[in-house]
Amino acid sequence: MPKLKAADLTVGDTHTEVLVEDLKRTQLVQYAGASGDYNPVHTDEVFVTQVAGYPTVFAHGMLTMGLTGKLVTNLVGDGTLTNYGVRFVSQVWPGDTLTGTAEIVAIREEGGQHLVDLELTTVNQDSQKVITGTATARIDA
Amino acid sequence: MTAEKFPIEAGHILLFSRAVGDPNPIYSDEDYAAASEVGSIIAPPTFVQSSAQFDPDYFLRPKIDQPWFGSGGEPTGIKKEKKEGESSGAAAGGLHAEQHYEYHRHIKPGDVLSATTFPGETWEKESKRAGKLTFSESITEYRDQDGELVITARGVGVRTEKIIEG
Repeated sequence: MPKLKAADLTVGDTHTEVLVEDLKRTQLVQYAGASGDYNPVHTDEVFVTQVAGYPTVFAHGMLTMGLTGKLVTNLVGDGTLTNYGVRFVSQVWPGDTLTGTAEIVAIREEGGQHLVDLELTTVNQDSQKVITGTATARIDA
Repeated sequence: MTAEKFPIEAGHILLFSRAVGDPNPIYSDEDYAAASEVGSIIAPPTFVQSSAQFDPDYFLRPKIDQPWFGSGGEPTGIKKEKKEGESSGAAAGGLHAEQHYEYHRHIKPGDVLSATTFPGETWEKESKRAGKLTFSESITEYRDQDGELVITARGVGVRTEKIIEG
């Protein structure tokens, strides 16, 4: 996917995508295996309910950040990100459906490089925010 | 996260992109990637978190001949009396509050990174829902085989007094 062009972008424009529907526990296992974070709170129902005291396993925050990353790169293209950061606001549980929105908040130039700044929000099926964040990507003039 | 050698491999990138539900061929299809503006397969934005796989001391990975706190025949692998109201998050290493990446260049198969983590600031906050929150920041520098800084990561962890649900 080619880089975005400054001339085609408008501050206030938004891009929304469903990131995952009815999140499965198996995807948490998949993420644990790929990322190397085997914390049993994400995969071990017996541990998490009987020892840790949660109602069930919950998603790695970094899985939600990874899912939201897809929204960002689908918008700005591949290999253009210069910054991506999030704050984990609420936990994500199996069965959740997550929807992410990126809003263009600035189109600017820094040291001859054109950049777009995005504000990111990912919510669950109850419209509760699960992460908020920002991203910046290189764009063409 | 500290790793002397974090080899960036196409298979690992494929598994990671599947886990985050991203079918973008830039993460898996060499021919597609070669013909793209980027020119090669690259790793997804949050991929360097998996440097945990190459950190010999990473405490959230079961290790051969060491006790593990996940369940086996017993609900926990470690025999430990749990105090009333004690934070489970602490037992599991706390919760992740923030994560930020600065990309100096995008990494690709064949790169061999090193990861070095430095402690950042710590601070406290009172929360009605979770009691006293203790935040601690860590900065991880990922450098390539030429010693060039490729990604700077800043993580913030939080330990809570009480369990938070949702």
